[in-house]
Amino acid sequence: MSVLSHVLEAAGLATVGISLVRKQAENVRPPRILNVEFPLGRPLGRPDDPELQHDVLARAFALLERTDVPVLEDHPLTIEDETAEPAACPMPARHDPDLPAEIDEAKGLRAAYERHLAAHDGRTAMGRIGGPDDIAELIEGFRRLRDGASMADVGWDDQQLLAASQDVRAYYEEAGTQLADVTGARRLESWFYATTATGALLREVQTTLREAGADRNLWYYVVPGSQAG
Amino acid sequence: MGADAAIRERVGDIPAPTFDTVAATVAPPLRDARVAIVTTAGLKPSGDATLWQPTDGTFTVLDPADRDVQLSHFSPNFDRSGFAQDLNVVYPIDRLTELVDRGEIGSLGPRNLSFMGAQFDATFSTIIHDTGPRAAQVLIDDEVDVVLLTPV
Repeated sequence: MSVLSHVLEAAGLATVGISLVRKQAENVRPPRILNVEFPLGRPLGRPDDPELQHDVLARAFALLERTDVPVLEDHPLTIEDETAEPAACPMPARHDPDLPAEIDEAKGLRAAYERHLAAHDGRTAMGRIGGPDDIAELIEGFRRLRDGASMADVGWDDQQLLAASQDVRAYYEEAGTQLADVTGARRLESWFYATTATGALLREVQTTLREAGADRNLWYYVVPGSQAG
Repeated sequence: MGADAAIRERVGDIPAPTFDTVAATVAPPLRDARVAIVTTAGLKPSGDATLWQPTDGTFTVLDPADRDVQLSHFSPNFDRSGFAQDLNVVYPIDRLTELVDRGEIGSLGPRNLSFMGAQFDATFSTIIHDTGPRAAQVLIDDEVDVVLLTPV
């Protein structure tokens, strides 16, 4: 982003950027940057907190008056991620004992996922390779990989594997927004990867791929680094 | 150390281009300025949910009226739940609209743009020499004065 600031400013546009990694901004020296010590993924601070978001914008736009570039200012607030505190989402009871635990679990979360859709005008991060109706098929693909099937057996290429991992994560995290009053960053991430059967499955698949000698750029991005075993 | 602190420490000094000079464009007063968002969150417009490739230095065009934008960044290494709950935490389109309504911003550009950060190409040559200048021209054509850049 800091590189883009240089390019756009040199073209005659006045830029102001928000930075989440101060050291990078220090190194690249874009014209005007407001650095925020907020969780990665949340440059405006907190979801559904318009007061804070406006405060961030006001502090950023105030830098436009500065021509003594490069300018790097810090927002006074610090917000830490809460990876160590998984959200306490109540899980649905086991419904169909004939289904694999991961798939039964996911099916049980469908109502919560639908509530998320209704609350957000249908906006979802699912759909890279499959939608909610495909959740069982996506999870079955990961079960097969864990149990030794090849990517070709499952019918995925490298990008489809990563897309599937993001679809499954999105399904769970979006359902999770309806199961607990969670605002802290990464709490739903930790709930998914550390406490659910499907999250454990993805971590097992990552281990399986790594130990089988798969390319790092494949297995590394299946699970967030903060959740890897 | 928290998860994000560890990532900041790891990526803070990754190789990046340096610039001998730092341009400084003078903007009109914000109340008269046209503002556009350029984000590096890897956002795609409604209907395009494909994953953004880590070697893809191009950009997408976002209609300011579109709220069904997709966070298509390839990396899983940041919080996704904030954007799921409120897209403004990354892409503050509702907040900018409110500032226009209050008369604090002149207007919004008809197009916002998204690149994807954390590119595998540490030289950023595509963005510096090709897609970055093309993005600038899009915004100039739209008579944008001020660009707000947001990461993820």
